[in-house]
Amino acid sequence: MKTLNIVSTGYRATLEEQDDTVLWLLQALKGAGADVDVVLRNSAVNYAVAGQNAAGLTFGERSQTQPPRIGDDLARIVAKGMRVYVVEDDLAERGIAAEDMLPGMQLMRADQLPRLVADYDNVWNW
Amino acid sequence: MTSPRTLTFLLMDAPYESSRSTTALRLIDTALRRGYNVNVFAYEGAVYLPFSKQAPHANAVHGRSVEEEDHPNPKDWIAALLAAAAARGVTLDWVQCGLCVDERGAAESIPGPRRGGPPDFFKFTQGSVNTLVIPTR
Repeated sequence: MKTLNIVSTGYRATLEEQDDTVLWLLQALKGAGADVDVVLRNSAVNYAVAGQNAAGLTFGERSQTQPPRIGDDLARIVAKGMRVYVVEDDLAERGIAAEDMLPGMQLMRADQLPRLVADYDNVWNW
Repeated sequence: MTSPRTLTFLLMDAPYESSRSTTALRLIDTALRRGYNVNVFAYEGAVYLPFSKQAPHANAVHGRSVEEEDHPNPKDWIAALLAAAAARGVTLDWVQCGLCVDERGAAESIPGPRRGGPPDFFKFTQGSVNTLVIPTR
């Protein structure tokens, strides 16, 4: 059973979680044997930008030593055989160039999404 | 009486749900560093921010032990802000909406926050130079 996961909101409590909850879950599900891929759209396309650094968060004297490393998470997802699709229309709206992407990202147009959805048994829209 | 050195924040999001909670704590931290007294009224899900039973965990997906993950739970950040306020000689008065606490069984808070209600929030607003409401969306 193939499942396509659509992530539309980026940075939803990623500092509190030290990761993105959906990307974390996909890795755990893959480890459990699930066949899952992911589409990044809307603000979540920013996850695919290389060179992000969320370090430095400190409240009072309590500093975060393990900030979210979304790029590392996506690299692990790709390395584990999951496909990561990024909607290029949403990249263009945000002025993000294709050459700024992490390796392994698969660009797609928004109008290709319906055909992609048809290739999966389940679609989970986060 | 309005104090030119006091700010009030109303927080509404539960922990681990949105970036607004972290943003709110950034603003509170900055206000305290700049010598402001800060009032917080934790409303609805935000009453779980200082919940004392939050616990860090190992993270197999990250490949890190609980010590390596070094995950500061929101209660730890709030404790750090309370300590920072005390160290700077300003106040961080954190009021938990009591009815919201009761609804959620969230009474076990770290030391510092106190139980209250909407009248406390109203009193906060009367004594503050400004009030920022950060609601759930």
